[in-house]
Amino acid sequence: MKKNDKKYQPETLKKVLSYIQAYRIYLALSLIFAVVTVASTLYIPVLTGQVIDHVIAPGQVEFPVITELLVRMAVVILLAALAQWLMNVCNNKITYEVVRDVRREAFARLEILPLKYIDGHSHGELVSRVIADVDQFADGLLMGFSQLFTGVVTILGTLLFMISINFKITLVVVLVTPVSLFVAAFIARRTFSMFMLQSSTRGEQTALINEMIENQKVVQAFSKEEDVLEKFDEINRRLEQASLNATFFSSLTNPGTRFVNSLVYTGVTLVGALFAMAGGAAFTVGQLSCFLSYANQYTKPFNEISGVVTELQNALACAERIFALIEEEPQIAEPQNVKKLTDVKGNVELSHVCFSYVPERKLIEDFNLKVKPGERVAIVGPTGCGKTTMINLLMRFYDVDSGSIEVEGTDIRDVTRKSLRESYGMVLQETWLKAGTIRENLIMGKPDASEEEILTAAKAAHAHSFIKRLPKGYDTVIGEDGGSLSVGQKQLLCIARVMLCLPPMLILDEATSSIDTRTEMKIQNAFATMMKGRTSFIVAHRLSTIQEADIILVMKEGHIIEQGSHAQLLDKKGFYSELYNSQFAV
Amino acid sequence: MKKLLAYLKNYKKECVLAPLFKMLEATFELIVPLAVSAVIDVGIAEQDRNFIWKMSLLMVALGLIGLLCSVTAQYFAAKAAAGFGTGVRHALFAHIQTFSFSEIDRAGTATLITRMTSDINQVQSGVNMVLRLFLRSPFIVFGAMVMAFTIDVKAALIFAVTIPLLSLVVFGIMAVSIPLYRKVQERLDKVLGITRENLTGARVIRAFHKEEEEKRRFEEGLESLTSMQNYVGKISAFLNPLTFIMINAATIVLLYTGAVQVNIGSLTQGEVVALVNYMSQILVELIKLANLIITITKAAACGKRISSILEMKSSMPAEQTGGKAFQPVNRRSPMVQFSHVGMAYQGAGAESLSDIDFSVEKGETVGVIGGTGSGKTTLVHLIPRFYDATAGEVLIQGKNVKEFSLEELRQKVGIVMQKAVLFQGTIRENLCWGKADATDQELFQALDTAQAREVVEGKEGKLDAPVEQGGKNFSGGQRQRLTIARALVRKPEILILDDSASALDYATDARLRKAIREMEGTPTVFIVSQRTSSIQHADKIIVLDDGEIAGMGTHEELLQHCQVYQEIHESQFKNQ
Repeated sequence: MKKNDKKYQPETLKKVLSYIQAYRIYLALSLIFAVVTVASTLYIPVLTGQVIDHVIAPGQVEFPVITELLVRMAVVILLAALAQWLMNVCNNKITYEVVRDVRREAFARLEILPLKYIDGHSHGELVSRVIADVDQFADGLLMGFSQLFTGVVTILGTLLFMISINFKITLVVVLVTPVSLFVAAFIARRTFSMFMLQSSTRGEQTALINEMIENQKVVQAFSKEEDVLEKFDEINRRLEQASLNATFFSSLTNPGTRFVNSLVYTGVTLVGALFAMAGGAAFTVGQLSCFLSYANQYTKPFNEISGVVTELQNALACAERIFALIEEEPQIAEPQNVKKLTDVKGNVELSHVCFSYVPERKLIEDFNLKVKPGERVAIVGPTGCGKTTMINLLMRFYDVDSGSIEVEGTDIRDVTRKSLRESYGMVLQETWLKAGTIRENLIMGKPDASEEEILTAAKAAHAHSFIKRLPKGYDTVIGEDGGSLSVGQKQLLCIARVMLCLPPMLILDEATSSIDTRTEMKIQNAFATMMKGRTSFIVAHRLSTIQEADIILVMKEGHIIEQGSHAQLLDKKGFYSELYNSQFAV
Repeated sequence: MKKLLAYLKNYKKECVLAPLFKMLEATFELIVPLAVSAVIDVGIAEQDRNFIWKMSLLMVALGLIGLLCSVTAQYFAAKAAAGFGTGVRHALFAHIQTFSFSEIDRAGTATLITRMTSDINQVQSGVNMVLRLFLRSPFIVFGAMVMAFTIDVKAALIFAVTIPLLSLVVFGIMAVSIPLYRKVQERLDKVLGITRENLTGARVIRAFHKEEEEKRRFEEGLESLTSMQNYVGKISAFLNPLTFIMINAATIVLLYTGAVQVNIGSLTQGEVVALVNYMSQILVELIKLANLIITITKAAACGKRISSILEMKSSMPAEQTGGKAFQPVNRRSPMVQFSHVGMAYQGAGAESLSDIDFSVEKGETVGVIGGTGSGKTTLVHLIPRFYDATAGEVLIQGKNVKEFSLEELRQKVGIVMQKAVLFQGTIRENLCWGKADATDQELFQALDTAQAREVVEGKEGKLDAPVEQGGKNFSGGQRQRLTIARALVRKPEILILDDSASALDYATDARLRKAIREMEGTPTVFIVSQRTSSIQHADKIIVLDDGEIAGMGTHEELLQHCQVYQEIHESQFKNQ
């Protein structure tokens, strides 16, 4: 763990820097403004010191000199303020735009990650990376810019100013301050792993929150509120401890460095006073005052830098998690010259297909199937036999391990995913709708559909009648995942969505399971028209669908155990005939 | 926000001690300029080497005590903040657990999740900062002013004018930016929503090759978030330069006044240095305060959003459920009785169910059938009181469901929902939701009835086989059977299967129904289904059409008299 932290941190930092590169103009501006700000800010104590040296004792005050110095001071102040404002604006800009870029990239990656990754990770945890982690990262970055930057410049500037006034006292300052850096670095090193622990515990908790809140209704049905709360509290307690450790130990930096500061301050006072006492003109009281405020300014950035360092540690821990996502292996990229699948008639051929989700458990082995245009393939089998696996392969949500799937004689890995998926119309068992209006959902497959086409499709899917009863008809906004619509209504919308684009091949996964049979019968009719001349793959439960199929694939425990027509399979007196006969044993 | 602060009450000690120690530290810091001034006016002026050494030692001592105070303060602050965050997290999560289905529908899960996570984190770090700095900074500001008064009243008046002006600027900018930060958060919420949607809908989005469009949509949301952030950033960027100008202008006035005062002999050179020092201390603290205010602004906005969830009242608060008038159930009354029940969802115009009136005896099987959106699910959801009837009453064994405690009521009712949900853990953990202390034998009995034994046997580790989040390592049908088993484990008196066999093939479905009929204790069963074959053997079938009962009776009776039922039946058997 410890070793890894050390190894990855610089790498993460390098990646962060590569994002910032795009904004190097703002970065340069920010740097220039920082220098102006610091230089003018540092000049003020010099002026103050000079004023004080002209205010010695009663009757020994030179007003004309003082007035001139004060006017100069006013100009410098205005300059400093202006530069500081511009610097802030630049820093904000860099931070927010970098964060935007990171989010954009993370999201873009989500869109091309293999489904295997998305299926295999908790959604809550992924969301927390894109949202919470990036936010934390932004905070760290902003602090880094606004304080690290000026901090370093201030340190250098102060050094120059101090050396120009008195070299020996500067030496006192320079010798003591590294202690401050050492303290900060020491604490930062110790706390990084604490921040990592805090971050991962948070992730764990977010995952639980996501799971439970999404399924709150089930939790309540079983009155499991208290048990869930207990589980939550257990993580919560661990989070409290992790959070306490991370917060407390990292907050030690501030007092630690402040103490070192006070040592510097005292050192300057002591040595400066001894100097001033010894040799009148060599070191004046005004210069001492100037030095004291430098001692303050010089050490303050160390304070801030150390604060920033801990914040950056935290930010880097978050960045690391985001980059892990961004760098996740995407689905196999499409070659440049990959062709599009055109002119699809509906020839599908699977030859020697082998596939499994996990290598240890073989699912589909050496499977062969040839489907001619317009044929219907029914996939049947007991519950949980792995019927959806076929869909995953046909749509290329997953790639076959060996063998090939060809559409119109072309391996589907040699055509664009877009053109392949465009050739299929898919209605899944788990209905999913996006947040937006009904209309937006319907035109997903055909964004330029005319009003008439939309209505026709909705009517064909028997969705029109309930849509028009909604408050704003087709422009009713539905919430995330369909919001208040019933499962059946959502399914009708999913069907209408496919009805609208009418691709040459269809994949229907128990598509009608939540629709009442009267409505379903009407839909079946519409489907029948739609399926005419279209190659269709249907995960079927209804005998009517099955009987009419040209090829029936009988699956059991992930394997395809029988294939043939209804009559052939009945004759075979195998698993299918058993399944078929049980239908009437009710 | 006030409501949230109540969660600090267990940390009263820390909340007092943290700022107190911070103030102690600040006090020691305020003495330092006086020491320096003494070094100049006494040490240097009178050439007293010993005095200078003594003062230096004093300053080191002050620094050391300051360090100790500060570390103590940081500890208490961190402890209170972490405890506070934990408390709020617990309270909010517990509060969400009390929400009835109506509130969950209304708030939306995405919102609830953000409140639980990033909002609370922000508030927690806000509390930490406040405890550390919020008192310290004003204390130093006013402390510096008081010290100035002890040196010279006339010069101190400059402090007295500057400080209110500064406060005006600082709080003015704060007042402008608070609402804007809220907007930033809203836009962030939108970005979060899109992200989640793209994870849950990955298959469909890819099937419709909408990746590019989704990216554009996300970018739009992101753009509007970024532009708002930049806008707010510009406004709050004014804060530091403005305060810088003001404080330095004050220093100029101070120097000039000081010069005049020294000239007439009412101030010394060292005292002018001390005054300038105090002024710059104010500047340092104000910058801290300004940064702190930004943190607080964010935290307050988040806090407000959290409170709004905490203020959402459950429409079925615990104090109103059960324990009211003690009224025993009447064993001889019908098991379930709907008496002219009507139900309208919150915010909906029309009733989803109206005038539903029927009763069911113990051990009977009731089929509920009807078209999509006819109110089948709504009807059965009234029995375990997921929603309250808006007209009429629902009775279980003669007692209104509102008079049961929710716990007691839901103990009686086992429900299997349309969406088969399993939780991360093991199969056993999932099944034990039904009954915490179920034995293996009980579990397998339930699995057998639910036709799910083979699902378990097929997994490595059997009952202790892991279940991934959302039950992703099981197919839809496997999940459905496991959820049925889960409901059966508690041997409910009333079992509701809400279209929960939809992913099962006919054979499994038939075996399942047979097994349930043969269960010990003969539960009263409600089967909601689309298929007449699933319910035709029921003792009573309720046919729903658009929220009203279109017919009730046995399969044969309905086939004769109920047109809606006839149509449904025909649609399913015509082809065979």
